Amino acid sequence: MAEITEADLRARISAFLADHDPAGIDDDGRLAFLRARFDAGLAWVHFPVGLGGLAAGRSLQPVADDAFAEAGAPDNRPTRIGIGLGMAAPTILVHGTDAQRSRFLRPLWTGEEVWCQLFSEPGAGSDLAGLATRARRDGDGWVLDGQKVWTSMAHVARWAILLARTDPDVPKHAGLTFFVLDMTAPGVEVRPLRQLTGEAEFNEVYLTGVRVPDEHRLGDVGAGWKVAQTTLMNERVSIGGGALPREGGMIGVLAKAWRDQPAVRTPGMHDTIMRLWVRAEAARLTGLRVRQQLAAGAPGPDGSAVKLSFATLNQQISAAELDLRGDEGLRRDSWAMSRPEEVDFTGRDAGYRYLRAKGNSIEGGTSEVLRNIIAERVLGLPAEPRVDTRVAWKDLPR
Amino acid sequence: MSEMLDLLESSDEQDLRSGVREMLAAECPWQTVLSFVSDGGEAYDAKLWRTVATGMGLAGLLVPEAQGGAGAQWRAAAVVVEELGRAVAPVPFVSSAVVATTALGSSDEPSLLGRLASGELTAALAVPYGLWSAPTLLSVVDGAVTGTVRGVADALGAGLLLVPADDGLYAVDGAAVRRTRVLSLDETRPLADLEFRAAPARLVGSLSAVPCALRAAAAMTAAEQVGVASWCLDETVGYLKERYQFGRPVGSFQALKHRLADLWVELTQARAVVAYAIADLAAGGSDGRVAASLAKIVGSEVAVRAAEECVQMHGGIGFTWEHPAHLYLKRAKATAVAYGSPDRHRARLATLVDLPLEES
Repeated sequence: MAEITEADLRARISAFLADHDPAGIDDDGRLAFLRARFDAGLAWVHFPVGLGGLAAGRSLQPVADDAFAEAGAPDNRPTRIGIGLGMAAPTILVHGTDAQRSRFLRPLWTGEEVWCQLFSEPGAGSDLAGLATRARRDGDGWVLDGQKVWTSMAHVARWAILLARTDPDVPKHAGLTFFVLDMTAPGVEVRPLRQLTGEAEFNEVYLTGVRVPDEHRLGDVGAGWKVAQTTLMNERVSIGGGALPREGGMIGVLAKAWRDQPAVRTPGMHDTIMRLWVRAEAARLTGLRVRQQLAAGAPGPDGSAVKLSFATLNQQISAAELDLRGDEGLRRDSWAMSRPEEVDFTGRDAGYRYLRAKGNSIEGGTSEVLRNIIAERVLGLPAEPRVDTRVAWKDLPR
Repeated sequence: MSEMLDLLESSDEQDLRSGVREMLAAECPWQTVLSFVSDGGEAYDAKLWRTVATGMGLAGLLVPEAQGGAGAQWRAAAVVVEELGRAVAPVPFVSSAVVATTALGSSDEPSLLGRLASGELTAALAVPYGLWSAPTLLSVVDGAVTGTVRGVADALGAGLLLVPADDGLYAVDGAAVRRTRVLSLDETRPLADLEFRAAPARLVGSLSAVPCALRAAAAMTAAEQVGVASWCLDETVGYLKERYQFGRPVGSFQALKHRLADLWVELTQARAVVAYAIADLAAGGSDGRVAASLAKIVGSEVAVRAAEECVQMHGGIGFTWEHPAHLYLKRAKATAVAYGSPDRHRARLATLVDLPLEES
């Protein structure tokens, strides 16, 4: 099949919109519209034909998204299903069977089924490969026992991607297997995890004798670490943030606070703000360049730079904002344990922004782990001497 | 703002980069630069300049095609500047082929541009290397210029000095000026104090292109700084892989790896910011002042940090004259001051982006 051009894509979208008028759509109509858009290959256009795409270039996706937005069409509320779109979908696409892809991808994209990610554990954070949740063979399926943590959306999710230990007698990376878990299965218990902002975006998930059919295994037994790399690389790209205009994001909040309040200005704060403005703009342009690299089909390692600087900047900018606002910055809107389904790092009040930003250098790979990844995989520096890679997982101290 | 600017390198630009890098590896290894600095006395490496300007025909990248140049090839020029920075090459490319050439943009004497394009003539804009705002204008009486300008880059060997004066840009023959070499922090790019004593001068154009020349100077210096920083990072990474202490490569210690990872992030950002500033120049864009200041800040910071880390992580050998790290440290710090330090550009940016300290 010939490569899809932008003109081809626009023609297909026009034809689709002529058949599916988005005007005055209600909730039922919304779902029907999204399903039809998926079936027409106009969901994620770089995905294969039959799985919501047209095998087109990745750079054409914004063309499709913009065209549907301009037509006033309903979207799939992407911020609500970010884990599905950003992590589960690419992993299923690369490592799933045909049956798994056709079962999971459509309702994932339409938002009918929300996904969550069950990777981290109380005893396995940065050292994810050391995780202890066990999956034991049982007839034609598996039985899971263990505890997962830091799971956003677990309380509304229908499915999870999950990493479990299938063989404790081999070194830790070799004994992992990747599964899709039905969150409604017996033995799955979800409890809110209250974070230092007061709310509970995340959950703890307890797994007690949970049965998983073998057809929900993603990739080979023992290949879980390799499969998880696909998920994690996509997570870091998506946490790095989307395309923002100048002064989009946290720096815009700080710049506005400066402009709005001449009375609180000091030379020292001015210097801080200008330094942060420069770093934020540099990070933004880096993100722009990374997206151009992706669109050109030559993804480079620069994406890890984006995530690392995003975390540092959010923390520094939100801290400066509290200093700038003085007394007023100390007033919070609420300490209630709400359960947000969408997170806006730049939302709510200055205290929230400051506190929430503390998570940015921990979630999706701590900044320290990212620096190791950059140093070893990009710069090619040697690893620290390891004591944990050649020993059976069960024999590691913990 | 020009959001749609292409920030990626074309395959032609990649080819140019490898060509220039290969030539410099052969003609300008660091040992040559170290000798240049140790011997002192030369204004620039004349043999290398002939190769760059005439041999490879790169002096005319910014000269209009009608005058024998390649016609505003900003992106290609930035590639050349970055590679020359990577080699701390002692040639007057930025001062002559970028700054002076751009200042002559509205020249009434196209033949001058032709001679600059061929490389037979080099020129320098007679302003202090650290200039960041409008230059002080000299006075011209009866076709003769009088006055002094301190610390002008690459003026020592320039055939022609371009003097911003009251009523326009004047050309003064290099030999007609009293030029005193300054012992400078960065001897790979000599500075000179200029004394004009009723030196014969002829009007060659208006001053309208001088601000653009200074903007280009800031952006191109940032490109040079990316070259400086990338050499420092590569050299340091290479050394830390080979240097053993405590029975393991020094580069396996996280205390060093994390610092180099941060440096790599900063360099990645500097590349994007410089690409944006150069793309804006190439497109004749509307965001040039912000882009150039941004590039100069980010470029200066990464070059200085990379060079300082290079010295530190090499340990004792990095503090010696025989190791090239100091060539880069000096170039980094001197270029940080050139055309406005980061602090001055932050002050300018504050006005440009409406974040003033005081209410206006």
